[in-house]
Amino acid sequence: MDKYIARVMDPVKVEIRHLNFYYGKFHALKDINLQIAEKRVTALIGPSGCGKTTLLRTINRMHDLYPGNRYEGEILLDGKNILDRKTDLMELRQRVGMVFQKPTPFNASIFDNVAFGLRLKGIRDRRELEARVERALRDAALWDEVKDKLKENALSLSGGQQQRLSIARAIAVEPEVLLFDEPTSALDPVSTAKIEELIRSLGRTMTVVIVTHNMQQAARVSDYTAFMYFGEIIEFNSTDIIFTRPKIKLTEDYITGRFG
Amino acid sequence: MTLSSMSALVSIFFLLWILKDLVVRGIAAINWDFFTHLPAPPGEEGGGIRHAIYGTLVITAMASAIAIPVGLLAGTYLSEYARHGRFGLVVRFLSDILLSVPSIIVGTFVYAIMVRPMGTFSALSGAVALAIIMIPVILKTTDEVLRLVPDVVREAAYALGAPRWVVITKVVYRGAITGIMTGIILAVARIIGETAPLLFTSFSNNFWETNILRPMATMTVVIFNYAMSPYENWQSIAWGASFVLTVFVLVLNLLGRFLFRGRKYG
Repeated sequence: MDKYIARVMDPVKVEIRHLNFYYGKFHALKDINLQIAEKRVTALIGPSGCGKTTLLRTINRMHDLYPGNRYEGEILLDGKNILDRKTDLMELRQRVGMVFQKPTPFNASIFDNVAFGLRLKGIRDRRELEARVERALRDAALWDEVKDKLKENALSLSGGQQQRLSIARAIAVEPEVLLFDEPTSALDPVSTAKIEELIRSLGRTMTVVIVTHNMQQAARVSDYTAFMYFGEIIEFNSTDIIFTRPKIKLTEDYITGRFG
Repeated sequence: MTLSSMSALVSIFFLLWILKDLVVRGIAAINWDFFTHLPAPPGEEGGGIRHAIYGTLVITAMASAIAIPVGLLAGTYLSEYARHGRFGLVVRFLSDILLSVPSIIVGTFVYAIMVRPMGTFSALSGAVALAIIMIPVILKTTDEVLRLVPDVVREAAYALGAPRWVVITKVVYRGAITGIMTGIILAVARIIGETAPLLFTSFSNNFWETNILRPMATMTVVIFNYAMSPYENWQSIAWGASFVLTVFVLVLNLLGRFLFRGRKYG
């Protein structure tokens, strides 16, 4: 199959080399080569089942939670292979955060939700916790809505607020890379717009990778886009080029809505 | 339609009848002495079941002290460590069988393994029998309510770099706390009314006894003994004890329901 994988213009934060991934016997990712630019937003698009979420979840090694999964190849984070056996997964996941398709509030207060990762890092000082929780909630554009009810249970928030809370919790620990797995697919248009804006602004200070099946969303929020199909990256380039003059016919067919 | 609504009426009719009898005859038997005195000899007026109320509370507490940690940890194991494995399936299946073993058989079993070797009935053996009944109840509810916590919530905690024990204690338990508490309370409510397993184990005692290695009276066994006796004041005490026990169980059930209305996933 024809492929076109561009090299990025910016400094590289994550470099994926000859990555293959297997769910048991199923070959889910096939020879993935991809550079993820530092402090930019990279979008992964493609039809359902093409492996974009699978690829995203290799970057913080989420697949290790379940038995029978196998990686081959390399994923270099700042030049160090995180697929190495010796990688400390807890440390890796504090550097590479993740926001999921559905909001994932813990059954605890809003404050305790955002402080969860900070406490894991060993921060106990009340004043520092308060300051960092506030900053995370402000950065997630949620502070004004919850500042008077930080002690209330996070499950009482609306869906859109819960998702911004999940983002606040992920950014509170100041990860270097933040992974978004279809973060707006369960939300209404207004909440979606807020989160897209948030992703754009986060992309200036940290490296962001977002999976989306909404092409307009990819076009709106990302600097680079990778188009995936049946476990392979078909085309990777700046978002501009992918959406205006793709080099591969299959990419063009997909983004013009001829299939998918 | 008519037939099933009639049946529904019949079932609550009996419940109400039982409650009415309990209230009318039970309250008549209850006074201050009932809670503070030991039983009077047959034929004499008055007397109470202080020793049996104490015994029920002590034996229930000891059974809970054994069964709650075991049930909780076993339920956690099934939900968090062995959800899909063959061993988990086997444990779950055997636990369900244990759940349906008649309680009198548990009593005779504990009689064989504890009472006979120790040479005496004892409160401790009664607590062990009740714990055996309680463990599968707590195990099952814990397993079920932990599995109600969505996997993606666990993943979110792992994604923040949490080790497994933190995910289980800080996220999964907290997510399921109302369900766990409800399971425990309903398990206590279930064993506090058990009689058969105690007949072979803690037996009964007409005197004040605090040594858990000696026979100890419980409300259920007192009800059994006194209700069968020909003496009127003993029968009246049985009514009073039935009423108190029913109130205990009712309060526990209401508490369980009330708790379960709390916030939860799913």
